[in-house]
Amino acid sequence: MNPYISNTPTEVGQMLKDIGVDNIDALFADIKPQHAPRSFKLPGGQSEYEVVSRLTALALKNNVHVVPFIGGGYYDHYIPTAVGALASRGEFYTAYTPYQPECSQGTLQALFEYQSAMCALTGMEISNASLYDGGTALYEAMMMAIRITGRKKVIMDGGVSPIYRKILRTYTHHLSYQFEETPVVHGQSSRQEIDRLLDKDTAVIILQNPNFFGAIDDFTDIIQKAHSVGALVVMSVYPVSLGLLRTPAQMGADIVTGEGQSLGLPLNFGGPYLGFMCTQKKYVRKMPGRIVGETVDTKGRRCFVNTLQAREQHIRRDKATSNICTNVSLCALQAVIFMALIGKNGLKEMAQLNLDKAEYAKELLSKIKGVEVKRSAPTFNEFTIHLPQDASRVVGMMMRRGFAAGFPLGRYYPGMERYLLVAVTEKRTKEEIERYAKALQEVLT
Amino acid sequence: MELIFEKSVEGRKGFSFGPSDVPSHGRIPAQYARAEDAPWAQVSELDVVRHYTLLSQKNFSVDTHFYPLGSCTMKYNPKFTEALARLSGFTDLHPLLAQLSGGEQWTQGALQILYELEEWMCEMTGFKNFTMQPLAGAHGELTGIMLMAAYHRARGNSQKKYVIIPDSAHGTNPASAALAGYQTISIPSDKNGGMDLQALKAAVNDQTAGLMMTVPSTYGAFEPNISEIAKIIHAVDGIMYYDGANLNALLGRCRPGDVGFDVMHVNMHKTFTTPHGGGGPGAGPVGVNEKLSKFLPISRVVKRTDGMFALDYNHPESIGYIASFYGNFGILVRAYAYVLMLGQEGLKETSDHAVLNANYIMKKLEPYYKICFDRLCMHESVFSASRQAARGVHAIDIAKFLIDQQIHPPTVYFPISVPEAIMIEPTETESKQTMDRFIEKMIEADKLSQSDPAAFKEFPLTMPSSRPDEVKAARDVKTSFFLPASSDAA
Repeated sequence: MNPYISNTPTEVGQMLKDIGVDNIDALFADIKPQHAPRSFKLPGGQSEYEVVSRLTALALKNNVHVVPFIGGGYYDHYIPTAVGALASRGEFYTAYTPYQPECSQGTLQALFEYQSAMCALTGMEISNASLYDGGTALYEAMMMAIRITGRKKVIMDGGVSPIYRKILRTYTHHLSYQFEETPVVHGQSSRQEIDRLLDKDTAVIILQNPNFFGAIDDFTDIIQKAHSVGALVVMSVYPVSLGLLRTPAQMGADIVTGEGQSLGLPLNFGGPYLGFMCTQKKYVRKMPGRIVGETVDTKGRRCFVNTLQAREQHIRRDKATSNICTNVSLCALQAVIFMALIGKNGLKEMAQLNLDKAEYAKELLSKIKGVEVKRSAPTFNEFTIHLPQDASRVVGMMMRRGFAAGFPLGRYYPGMERYLLVAVTEKRTKEEIERYAKALQEVLT
Repeated sequence: MELIFEKSVEGRKGFSFGPSDVPSHGRIPAQYARAEDAPWAQVSELDVVRHYTLLSQKNFSVDTHFYPLGSCTMKYNPKFTEALARLSGFTDLHPLLAQLSGGEQWTQGALQILYELEEWMCEMTGFKNFTMQPLAGAHGELTGIMLMAAYHRARGNSQKKYVIIPDSAHGTNPASAALAGYQTISIPSDKNGGMDLQALKAAVNDQTAGLMMTVPSTYGAFEPNISEIAKIIHAVDGIMYYDGANLNALLGRCRPGDVGFDVMHVNMHKTFTTPHGGGGPGAGPVGVNEKLSKFLPISRVVKRTDGMFALDYNHPESIGYIASFYGNFGILVRAYAYVLMLGQEGLKETSDHAVLNANYIMKKLEPYYKICFDRLCMHESVFSASRQAARGVHAIDIAKFLIDQQIHPPTVYFPISVPEAIMIEPTETESKQTMDRFIEKMIEADKLSQSDPAAFKEFPLTMPSSRPDEVKAARDVKTSFFLPASSDAA
C-alpha cells in the first residue's frame, strides 16, 4: 500500500462490513466493464529516495550557473531566506481558500496586508488578493475595462510585453473586439499614433512602464487624453522599479497590473508567479478575483473575510466578472513577507542598486566597438543595445562563455534581429558585469 | 492581532543589501520619479518571522486539522515533493533561457519533466496530448473551451452557440464558457444524481457546441449513461468536455478519453496532491484527443530524434499563447514526483481508498442527516441539513460547531441545487480514527440541534475570531490599511 494511505487491511475489512459490501470493487459498481481503462501503464512505484535521486539528477541537468543578464519581465532578484522559511509553514501552504474565516484568519490577514502593500506600492486605492500571473492579469484588466466602458476598441502600445500581447490576442481572437497596436518610436510610445486611433469607441489604452525595451515613460499626457473621451488606461508595471519611478496612480491610471515575481518569488522556469491588479475604489465591484476586506466579529473585534463575492463565479456563474476561482495566495504571501522584510527604505535602495548596476553595464558596453547602447529614453534596470551582427548568434557564443547575455528582440520584433535586451539586477556584481563586457568584446572581434 | 504596518518603527530594517560595488548613477529625472516613498512597514527580520509565524497559527490546514472540504480533495501533501520543488536547479531557472540560442541544452532536465509528465497524464486519462500551460483548473477550462471553439471554427461551423452544463457543475464551468463567447444551458439532474437524458435530448441541437461534465459529478455520482450522452453530443458534432475536478475517484478505474470525452482539464492540486497554498497556485493541464490536438497552445515540448528535448512553436492551427511560458512548473515538478513514487498500483489504491473512506462516512451519517441520493457514492457524499434546519440549525451552524471541535468544516451550500448542502470528501489519506471522530462530532451536532438549537448561533467560541459581519465588509469596503473605510463605493 502506498505510504499516504492510513487504512490497514483490518480496518478496510471493518469499513467494508459497515458499508455492507464485500470488497472495494463493489464500490465501483456504477463503472461498467465497457468503461474500464484500455490501458493504465505507468512507471514508478519507487521509494522516496529513488524519486529524490532521479529528480536531483534532473535538476542538475539544468544549468543555473550561466550568469543571467536576461529579464524580459522576469528577473533574477535576491530572495531573503526568511521568505521561503515562512511560506513553507504547513499551516499556510496546506490550507485552502479561506471559506471559513474563523479558522483562516492567518491567510486572510496576510492577504489583507498583501493588498495594502500593493496599494502602497502603486498608489492605487484597491488591490485584489492576486491573479495567476502578469500576462493573465493584463487580460483580466482589459476585460474589466471593456465591461466598465461598454466599448469594444482596444489600443495596445507596442512597448507592452510581446508575450502579453500574444496572450491577449489568443483570448479575444474569436470575440468581436477591435484591436489596434501602436508602434514604439525612439524607445517610447508613439503619442501621434495613439492620438490618431483614440476616439469615443475606445474602451482602453494598454501601456507598460518600463516598456519591453526597458525605457521609462511618463504617461500622464496619454491618460488625460484617454479620460477626455471616456476611455480607461490599463498600465502594466514592474514592482521593483516603483521604488524610484513615478507611480501609475500619479499618472492617473485606472487599472494597474503586473508580474509580481520580482517580489520574492523564484524564477521557477516560468511559474508559479504572481499576477497583481490594483484599481480605484469606484471600480472595485467590477474587479475580478478574490478580495479580502476588513470587518468586525460578533464581539466587535477586527477580523478579515473574503468580500464582494457577488462578483465571483461561484455566485454569478456565467455572469461573473471572471471565471477565476483560485488565485495564487501562497505567492501573494511570499510577496508580502518580502515587502515586509525589504521595507520602505529597502525598496528604494534595491531599486537604486538595480539602476546603478544597469548604468554601469551600459557604460562598459558602450565602449565596445560596434555596440551601440540605445539612449533615446531613460531606463531602469534593463536596456537595449544594437550589435554589429545577429543578436541571437551573439547570445549563442556568449552562452558558451557562461553568460545568458540577454534576450534577442528579433524573436518578437521583425527587423530588430541585431538588437539585444540586457537586464542587470542587484545580484550582478561589478566583477560579473566587467567579465560580461570583456566576453562580449571578444565575441564581437 | 496587529497588522505588520502597525508594528512599523521609522528607521528599522529587516534586510541589508550591503554596500554597492558600482558607482552611483544619481537620480531618475524628476519627470519620471516617484514623489513619495511607498509606505511599506519598517520592521526587523525577527518582527517579520514572529508576525507571520503567529499568523500561520490562526489557520486550520491539512498538516494540523482534518479538512474534509468537499470537491476540494484536501489530501496530505508529501514533504519530499516540496523539497524537490525547491531544488535550485528548478527554482533558479529563467524561463527565457530555453528560448535562447544554445540555451535549450541548459534546460534539459526541466523540459524532460514536462515531456514525461505529459506522457503520463495521457496514459492516466486516455488522451493523445496534454498542454501543461494552464495555471489553474479554471484556466484549464477556459483553454479547453477555446479549443472547442477552434475546432468548430476550423470546420467552418459558425452556428455553434451553446454549451450545455448540468446544474451540479462548479460555477467556473458556466463562467469559462461565457468568457469564450458561448451561452450556457443548464440541465437538471435526475433522482439518482445523474444527467436527465430526456432534458439533455430536448436541449441538444445543431447549435450545441459541446457539453461540460464533471465525472463523478459534484453529487459524488459516476454517470452510468456516459456512453449514451457522448453519442448524443457527438451526433451534432459537439465536443465532450471533462472537468477533472473529481478525477481522484477514477484513477485506474476509468479514463475519460476512453468513454467519449474529447478534452479535459486536471486540477493538479487535487488529484496529484500539489498544495492548495491557501488558495493557489494551482495547475490545470488540458488533455485532448486526435480531434483537438492540432489546436493546442504553443509552445509544445517535443523529444527530438537525437534524444534532446526542445520547445516547438511550429503549429499553425494552434490557438496561440494562453500563458507566458510552460505552465506552473514548480507545481508540475511536485506532481511528477508524486506520480513516479506511487506508480500505477499506488495511484489505483489512491482512488480505491478515497472512495472507501467517502462511503464509510456516508453510511455512518445516513441515520442522522438526509442523504441526497440513496446509493453508494464515489469520492464524496452530499447531505442536506434540512432536518436540522427545521429545528433552526442550518448547514453553516453545523460548520461553525465543527470548527470548535478542531475540524475544518465540509463544503456547505454547494452544490447549489441541494438546499442546506453539506458535502464531505475525506480523501484517501485520512485514517479511520480521524473519520470516526468526525462522525462522532457530526452526530453530536445533530443531537445538539434537538436539545439546544439556540446554542449554535454563538459558535465558534474557541477561535481568535467569532463570526464576522460580512454585510459590513461588503458595505464599508475596506480592503487596504491605507484606505479609509467608507460606504460610497458605487
